[in-house]
Amino acid sequence: MKFLCIPCDHVMDFAERQLPGDGTLAAVFACPSCGREIAMLTNPMETQLVSSLGVKIGGREVPEQPLELVRSGLADGREDVFAEPMAAADESASALAGADARVSWTPDALERLDKVPRFVRGMVKRIYTDYAKEHGVRSVTVEVMDRARSDLGLEGM
Amino acid sequence: MRKIRTYNQVDPAAGRELLDQVLAQHKRLAERLASVGSVVAVMSGKGGVGKSALTANLAAALASAGFRVGALDADLNGPSLARMLGASRGRLVDRADGVEPARGAASVSVVSMELLQADEDAPLRWNASTGHGFVWQSAAETGALREFLSDVIWGELDFLLIDVPPGVDKVSRLLELLTPGRTLLVSTTSEMSRRIVARSARFAREAGLPNVSLVVNMSEHVCESCGHHSPLYASDGAEALARDTGLDVWARIPFEAALAESTDHGTPWVLASPNAPASVAIRSIAERLADERNAARAARAEAR
Repeated sequence: MKFLCIPCDHVMDFAERQLPGDGTLAAVFACPSCGREIAMLTNPMETQLVSSLGVKIGGREVPEQPLELVRSGLADGREDVFAEPMAAADESASALAGADARVSWTPDALERLDKVPRFVRGMVKRIYTDYAKEHGVRSVTVEVMDRARSDLGLEGM
Repeated sequence: MRKIRTYNQVDPAAGRELLDQVLAQHKRLAERLASVGSVVAVMSGKGGVGKSALTANLAAALASAGFRVGALDADLNGPSLARMLGASRGRLVDRADGVEPARGAASVSVVSMELLQADEDAPLRWNASTGHGFVWQSAAETGALREFLSDVIWGELDFLLIDVPPGVDKVSRLLELLTPGRTLLVSTTSEMSRRIVARSARFAREAGLPNVSLVVNMSEHVCESCGHHSPLYASDGAEALARDTGLDVWARIPFEAALAESTDHGTPWVLASPNAPASVAIRSIAERLADERNAARAARAEAR
């Protein structure tokens, strides 16, 4: 899929993706020559089809997570199916967060993590932890989570 | 009319992000399967011929013979393999590089949609803010199968057995992801089974599937009291199937009610009753697979 700016005869660059939460998607492309922007708007069916392929329009901000499609797509995921390595007995957010000693979590951040369904909690926690490590952040706070959501384009996490 | 450059006329590097993501998925799949010795697909085209029970018992037979075995339930809408291997509520260990499969009977590694669903009896449902499932559902199911293959830490395996659901379209989905080294085409002796499995045999031939062989399940009834053998159907459709398709019959597995009873409750019959006629027949398939695997290993060693 390519977008061509006809007056400039330049291929447009991907600029931004927005998921308003109603199943639709807006992907913004900009011409590197004249700066003209266009938004590609997809309906829920088109958005669903693309996400069913396990790909993201405009590329990925975070690497594809193990079983990402199944975890994000399954309507009735089993809460206790995923066990943490060597910590299967306690999958509370505190236990999950404690698994990576290089990054700590504040109580507020843990509380928010605890609200994420257990079916996807491990995956979500890993995304935030990786974000913190990549940005040299030693402690994940609610603010760091908000920033990660915005920077990574995470919806509902 | 204005002349607008076509897709292939503009910079080939532009707009590749979707293609690159798909290529990355394929790369990950290839890397994961590189440590699998042999992929064996158990398919039929017909439902109710005992594919899942055969897969579970074959996996247990191979594992109890000392092989490292994985079992993947490709039947996303009617999963049963985890239960048949005694791992129905098994857990998957969540790691950054993938998830570790559940462990079933004889330490067979198993992954099935059944493990991931909260309600074991619920139909498979996807989160979707839209209907039109016919547009995207097939893509989602192929994607789920791809993840089961590429995101599960199968480790070094001698055999990865794949229980393929009924329907030629389901086989097509699997073939988009991999080509099995051996395919076992399961039929019963009924005329209806012959007709449907003949279609699958033709599909396999036209798709260029290598090493396809027939397994005749429920070939006859063996009386548990007196050992008398009696046919289940008036004509032997499987015999005609073998003749018409030219495929080798690898085994004829007699019907034993106890096999289904035991396997349905999580204990493969080859483990519960290793000397029963059906167990002996299933073990003979395992032995042929083992011979094939050993021959391939020897050939590779000689080539080095």
